[in-house]
Amino acid sequence: MLLKDEVQMLRRVPLFSNVEPGKLKLLAFTSDRVSYDPGEALFHQGDTGDAAYVVLAGKADILVDSSTGPIKIAEVETNSIVGEIAILCDVSRTATVQTTTPLEALRIRKEHFLKLLTDFPEITIEIMRVLADRLSHTTSELSEARSRARKDPELH
Amino acid sequence: MEKSIARYIWTHTRGQQLWILLVVAVSMIPYFLSFDLPKQIVNGPIQGQGFDQPGATQTFMNISFNLPWLGTVTLFDGVELTRMQTLFALSMVFLLLVIINGLFKFYINTYKGRLGERLLRRIRFELVDRILRFPPGQFKRMKGAEVSSMVKDEVEPLGGFTGDAFVQPALLGGQALTALFFIFMQNTWLGLIAAVMVGVQAVIIPRMRRRLLVLGRERQITARELAGRVSEIVDGIGTIHAYDTSNYERADIASRLGRIFKIRYDLYQWKFLVKFINNFLAQLTPFLFYCIGGYLALQGRLDIGQLIAVISAYKDLPGPLKDLIDWDQTRQDVQVKYVQVVEQFSVDKTIDPAIQAIAIKDAGSLKHPLAAVNLSLADDSGAKLLERVSVQIHPGETVAIVGGAAGGGDMLAEAFARLTWPESGKVTAGGDDLLELPESVTGRAISYVSSDAYFFYGTLRDNLLYGLKHAPLKEAVYEGSGAAHRKWQIAEAKLAGNPDYDVNSDWIDYDAANATNRDDLFTPVLSVLDTVQLSKDILDLALRSTVSPNEHPGLAEGIVEMRHALREELEEAGLSSLVVSFEPGAYNTEATVGENLLFGTATGPAFIGKAIGKNAYFRSVVGRSGLDRVLFDMGYSIAENAVELFADLPPDHPFFQQLTFMTADDIPEYQLLLQKLKGKGFDAASEDDRGQIIRLSFRYVEPRHRFGLLTDELMAKIVDVRRQFHDGMPESMRGDIERYDPEHYLASASLMDNILFGRISHKHTDGSKRIRSIVSSLLNSLGLLERVIDIGLDFNLGAGGKRLTAVQRQKLNLARALVRKSEYYIFNRPLPGLDHRLQDEIVRDVLKLVRRDGRDPAVVWVLSNTGLANLFDRVLVFDRGLLVEEGTHAALVENNGIFKELVSS
Repeated sequence: MLLKDEVQMLRRVPLFSNVEPGKLKLLAFTSDRVSYDPGEALFHQGDTGDAAYVVLAGKADILVDSSTGPIKIAEVETNSIVGEIAILCDVSRTATVQTTTPLEALRIRKEHFLKLLTDFPEITIEIMRVLADRLSHTTSELSEARSRARKDPELH
Repeated sequence: MEKSIARYIWTHTRGQQLWILLVVAVSMIPYFLSFDLPKQIVNGPIQGQGFDQPGATQTFMNISFNLPWLGTVTLFDGVELTRMQTLFALSMVFLLLVIINGLFKFYINTYKGRLGERLLRRIRFELVDRILRFPPGQFKRMKGAEVSSMVKDEVEPLGGFTGDAFVQPALLGGQALTALFFIFMQNTWLGLIAAVMVGVQAVIIPRMRRRLLVLGRERQITARELAGRVSEIVDGIGTIHAYDTSNYERADIASRLGRIFKIRYDLYQWKFLVKFINNFLAQLTPFLFYCIGGYLALQGRLDIGQLIAVISAYKDLPGPLKDLIDWDQTRQDVQVKYVQVVEQFSVDKTIDPAIQAIAIKDAGSLKHPLAAVNLSLADDSGAKLLERVSVQIHPGETVAIVGGAAGGGDMLAEAFARLTWPESGKVTAGGDDLLELPESVTGRAISYVSSDAYFFYGTLRDNLLYGLKHAPLKEAVYEGSGAAHRKWQIAEAKLAGNPDYDVNSDWIDYDAANATNRDDLFTPVLSVLDTVQLSKDILDLALRSTVSPNEHPGLAEGIVEMRHALREELEEAGLSSLVVSFEPGAYNTEATVGENLLFGTATGPAFIGKAIGKNAYFRSVVGRSGLDRVLFDMGYSIAENAVELFADLPPDHPFFQQLTFMTADDIPEYQLLLQKLKGKGFDAASEDDRGQIIRLSFRYVEPRHRFGLLTDELMAKIVDVRRQFHDGMPESMRGDIERYDPEHYLASASLMDNILFGRISHKHTDGSKRIRSIVSSLLNSLGLLERVIDIGLDFNLGAGGKRLTAVQRQKLNLARALVRKSEYYIFNRPLPGLDHRLQDEIVRDVLKLVRRDGRDPAVVWVLSNTGLANLFDRVLVFDRGLLVEEGTHAALVENNGIFKELVSS
């Protein structure tokens, strides 16, 4: 796949839809193009985060370790970004991302990603929107889980 | 050491000095004879004394003595010669005497030189020997560079002086006296004048020179301090940069140099003043001779032959006299230097030489418990670091020492290692004071490791095996001239009081390393390297290094075979896309266009670096095929893309890291170039511009840069040009390039490149990591691991091991101790730079390793991570220099004492 195709794909990613094509090309050029086989992990929970990934094609599961083994908590869709939390807050990876189909992604290194945020406020705002969206999602799931727990106390 | 240099020299070279004195005395005879001869020649044959009648003859070479009681003894009656014959005969005798005198001088000088060099060797060795026996505390007060400048430079003049110490005054004194005596013989008054002037010189000049000595001493000390400061700058360069203090250092050095300059300039001024006065006094005497002697001659009271002889004899007086005064100056100078050095090396409580005596045979082991008895330790200021601690370490037990930073446990470990000497109390091994046991016992039975590791300049292997080199166990075998040289070495070493241990012998104690010889050493060494987790680092070092196949026969073949095995292995694991290999008939998409075109490594001046662009042959091949136009267009697109992408970015933007074919500074240049070439194409571009543009295409890798510039057609064309390039290459250039050949080893590429024989695909993020682990396991299964690790062990550590990372140094330091078989292992926080998980693994593995093959050594480990204390039989808890708790881990946890606090914190 060529740079110009990647730019086309990046434009379809909501995060970058407002960024001008010239900048997207630069982003694509400075990122590494990586591909994974099904079942391969992009990264593991607990690793130090050094990059974020924009999934160009393919699907992956987001897994969290628990005492009973990994639990799938979400799925990564095409044209979405994963792994940004670890590089934004300097924490280790909060989850494992494992592919379920062959997957193509752009790997954006931490320092490039941060530079991108300072250079392009529109990306920053978009990232904030994604994060806020996820937070509200998580909050509603949490309250749902709590209310369920209150209803069936014998489960605990 | 002896305080007086003269006595020191006399003690060590008495016999030789006496011999040379004798030779000098004998040499005086021809010397004296040669004085009288000119007078004889002038007065006799030239002026005609005794040849009054034409045809008169004189007896020549009559050798007879008038001895008391025996009467006249005649050895040779002599021959009768005419005036002309006598002239030639006497001249011949003169020539003969010149030769004899010269030969004597030659012999004496050589002998003295050898004498001096031997003494210099002796004193240098003695000084270094003393350093090896200094008590440990002494090194806190010494600067290495100052000590080495003393050993190297400051004793140097001693060697030169040794030969002259007794001979010179005897010889020069003899010569001066001879000359003086001869003057006296000619004329008593002139002799007296000469004697008085000599007396004045001998009194005044040494007095004036006293100041020179003071200055000389100052010069010595300031120069030594300068050496110390320079080495401090080298050692502390990191600190200097970190704190921006380089100008402070400059100021310090400049002021020191200023002081040294002043001292030296004073020295020169004074020296030349003394020289001037000395010369003046020396010239005053001939003035008196001409004046008074001439007057006497004119009056007829002195014959002219006599005056000429006096003046000629006087010519020989100032020389020896001046040298004699110089000798005295050197003597005092050397004495001052010697005392300076000796004072620095006179240290109380040096280690008795017997304790360090070499033990070739097994020195015996420590079967007794190691114990601290009422042990107190103090630092230089007298602060107590450890107070009245009594503790026993039994053979075979494992003891953990824990405590806070200033707890004192680390000091106890240092005391066990004899690095800190007791203030009171003692450290014993089975009743013997540890400090009185020979080092051949303690230094082998106890292995000590601390975090502060020192490595010697040399290879990793040398340093890893350093702890095994106690004695020359297997003599090196010499043949022919080598044997003669070794014999000479031994004899010479003895003459200079040096030991004659052969540094070329095999010093490695294989037995102590659990091996029997060099060949089976690898297995135990590898298990140690695995234990400290260093083998991977060493493997990486080896894989990155370039190896000459000639030095490692068989390895190259093995590596080439391994290429196929690697390919199969990758295929089996479904990872064949991980590496794209070089194939002679195919384009390698993961390599640059340039690599694909050359298909080899440039090794000679014809192709290396920028030369390839100027190489006429290469250009003709590329031009003939029309590839240069294609590459020009390609480079033009690359430049366009790069300028488009990066033109707006500031030059320090991190994105420039991705731009492999240009630097940020090139962007504006290419911007101009693009404007200039716009719409013009290849034909209109100048030679230089073409080069600039084509250069870009050489670095292009499609999967990485993704500009979409490589078509199948172009790839095929490049492969075709490659073939033409190699097929038609003139013989003279073939040596300048090493062609990629799947069946041959590439001497100019690294081991890893040789194994891969291709490029790792850009598609996989952790490609190189995965390849590395596959390669390592493959090397092992093919039996090549040993040889490759062996290459890694050849890695040179640089000064102080600085070419390794801090963590690698700590691991190597630990490995160096673990290689040795010891009864006691003392680990004093050996791995502070490692994270806890790694420390944990290594501590466990080390405890396992030291018990291999049924051995049962005691282990004392000062832990930085208290959580590991449960791995040990017994735990000692130190707090503020006191042993506060002791017992098994379980008991201490129950105790609710300090230990529990330490664990929970």
